[in-house]
Amino acid sequence: MTTTAIPTGEKRATATTPKRRPRRQREGAAWVFLSPWVLGASVLTLLPMAVSLYLSFTDYNLFDPPHWVGLRNYTQMFTEDPRYWRSVWTTLTYVVIAVPLQLALALVVALALKSMKRGKGFYRSAFYAPSLLGASMSIALVWRAVFNDGGTVDNLFGTGGWVNKPGWALLAVALLTVWQFGAPMVIFLAGLQQIPAELYEAAAVDGAGRWRQFVSVTVPMLSPVLFFNLVLQTIQAFQVFTPAFAVSAGKGGPADSTLVYTMYLYDRGFVASHMGYASAMAWVLLLVIGVVTAVLFRTSRSWVFYASEGER
Amino acid sequence: MTSVSTAAARKPVRWGRVALHLGCLAALLVMLYPLAWLLATSLKPADEVIASLDLLPSHLEWSNYKTAFEGVNDVSIWRLLSNSLLIAGGAVLGNVISCSLAAYAFARLRFRFRGPMFAFMIATIMLPHHAILIPQYIIFNKLGLVNTYWPLILPKFLATEAFFVFLIVQFMRGLPRELEEAARIDGCGPFRSFFQIVLPLTRPALITTAIFTFIWTWNDFFTQLIYLFDPDKFTLTLALRSFVDASSQSAFGPMFAMSVIALLPIVLFFLAFQRFLVEGMASSGLKG
Repeated sequence: MTTTAIPTGEKRATATTPKRRPRRQREGAAWVFLSPWVLGASVLTLLPMAVSLYLSFTDYNLFDPPHWVGLRNYTQMFTEDPRYWRSVWTTLTYVVIAVPLQLALALVVALALKSMKRGKGFYRSAFYAPSLLGASMSIALVWRAVFNDGGTVDNLFGTGGWVNKPGWALLAVALLTVWQFGAPMVIFLAGLQQIPAELYEAAAVDGAGRWRQFVSVTVPMLSPVLFFNLVLQTIQAFQVFTPAFAVSAGKGGPADSTLVYTMYLYDRGFVASHMGYASAMAWVLLLVIGVVTAVLFRTSRSWVFYASEGER
Repeated sequence: MTSVSTAAARKPVRWGRVALHLGCLAALLVMLYPLAWLLATSLKPADEVIASLDLLPSHLEWSNYKTAFEGVNDVSIWRLLSNSLLIAGGAVLGNVISCSLAAYAFARLRFRFRGPMFAFMIATIMLPHHAILIPQYIIFNKLGLVNTYWPLILPKFLATEAFFVFLIVQFMRGLPRELEEAARIDGCGPFRSFFQIVLPLTRPALITTAIFTFIWTWNDFFTQLIYLFDPDKFTLTLALRSFVDASSQSAFGPMFAMSVIALLPIVLFFLAFQRFLVEGMASSGLKG
C-alpha cells in the first residue's frame, strides 16, 4: 500500500501545478476540523432554535404530540399571566441593580490596584476568587443562611432576614452577583495596563491634574473594555438562575419576589410541563437579549472610543 | 552619612499608599467573610449554627463531616464525587478537543462561508442557553438519553461552547505564521501542522479552556437539574440541592460540610492555576 502510494503522490505533485492542489486539499481538511462544530451548531443549536420557535406556537407536554394553537401562548403570556410580568419586572430590577453595582465596584478596585506596586498580584487573585466560587450551589446556600432570619446580616443590622422579605430578597440575590466583581475587575485591570504611559505624561505636561487625566485619558481609553464588560454582564444577568433558585429554596419566594425569568421558564416547562409556553418564553428572552445588545451597540458609537480601528 | 540621607529621603510616609492598602484589606475581609463563615459553620455543633453570634464554633464538630461523607438519599459522597468528576472530566476532554479543532479551521484555514460561519459562532456566544434548552431536552428525551450523562457531555464534544472556540481562535491568531509556512513548503499538510506545530504552541489557551470548563461544569446546576433524576446519578451540586429542600436546622452542619467538600476542587484548581485563570480571563476580554 504505502510503497505504491508514496511514489504516485510525488509524481502528481510534480506533474500538476503545486499551488492548486494543496488549496483544495486544505478546503477538505478545513471541513474535517470543522465537522464537530458544524454538527453541534446545526443539531444542537440551529435545529433546537427552529424547533423551539415551532413549539412556541403549540401546546406541548412532552408526551402527547404538539397541538397547534397559533399565537395563544404569546397572548396568554402578555395579557393573562400576571406571574409572567412579575418575573419580567423581577429580572429587570435585578439587572438594573446588579450590573451597574458590579461594574462600578470592579472599576473602582481595578483603579485602586492599577498603580499599586506591592501586593497587586495577591489582591487581584483574592478579589477574583469569588468569581469562580460564586456560581456554585455551596455559596448560594451560604448566602441563603447569611441573609436568613438570625443570620449575620440580621444580627448586624437588626433588619430581620432579607430572604423572607419580599422587598429585600432580590437584593440579597443581586449582592451575590456583585460579590463576583472579580471577573470584570481583572478585565478592567488588564485594560488599564494597556493604556500607554505617554498619554498620561503628555496630559501632565499640558497641565492636566489627576481628575482631568482620568476623564480625558483613562475613560476614553478604557471605554471599549467597559463596553465589553457591560454587554457580557448584562447578557449574563438576564439569565440568572442558580442564586435565585437557592436563595429562595427553589420557590422564587417570598411572594414571587425572586421569581426571575429563567426560574419561571423552568417552572412552566419542566415543573408544569407546558413546553410550548416555555418555548415562547425562551424566544421572548432571546429577542429581548438581542434587542438590548443591539441597543447597547448602537449607543456605544457615541461613547466608546477605539484607538486603533479595523484590527479584525 | 549616606544612610542618614536615604532615611531622610524616605521619611515622608506615603499615607495615600497606606490608606490604599488598608482599604483593600478591609474590602478583602468583607469579600472573604462568606468563605470564612462557610468553613466555620461546617464545623459548628447543630445548636450554634443560628443561635450563636460568634463566627467561630465553641468546639470543632468533626461529626458534621462524618455525616456529610455518608452522603444523601443513601448515596455515598464518593459516588457523588465521582459522578461530578466524570461529568466535569468528560466536559474538559470534549471542549479541549472539539474547540481547538474548530478554532484551527477558523484561525488558519480557508473554506467557503468562513465569514458567515465565524459570525454565527460569535453570535452563539451571546445566545441565551435557555432558548435552545427545551428542544435540546426534547431531542435527548426522544433518544432516550434523559437521566444519563450524555446530554451533559456529548454537546461539549461538538464545540457548542463557542466562547472557548473564540478564545482559542484569538490565541492562534497571535501565533507567528512562519513556522507553519515553512512546514508547508516542506510538504507538511494541515493535519500534521495542527498536531505538531500549532497545538503545542496553543497550550496556554488549552489550559485556560480546560480549567474554566472544569470549574463551570463543576458549578453547573441548571442542566444537571433538568437531566438527572436518579439519586445515584446525582452530582454533588444536586445532592446539596436536596439539602435545601429538607433544610431542617439539625442538617445545617453536615450540609455546609458537604458544601466545603464541593468547593474544595475549585479552590485547589484556583490555588494551582491562579495565574493562568486570571490572565486567561483578562486576555479573553481584551482581544474581543
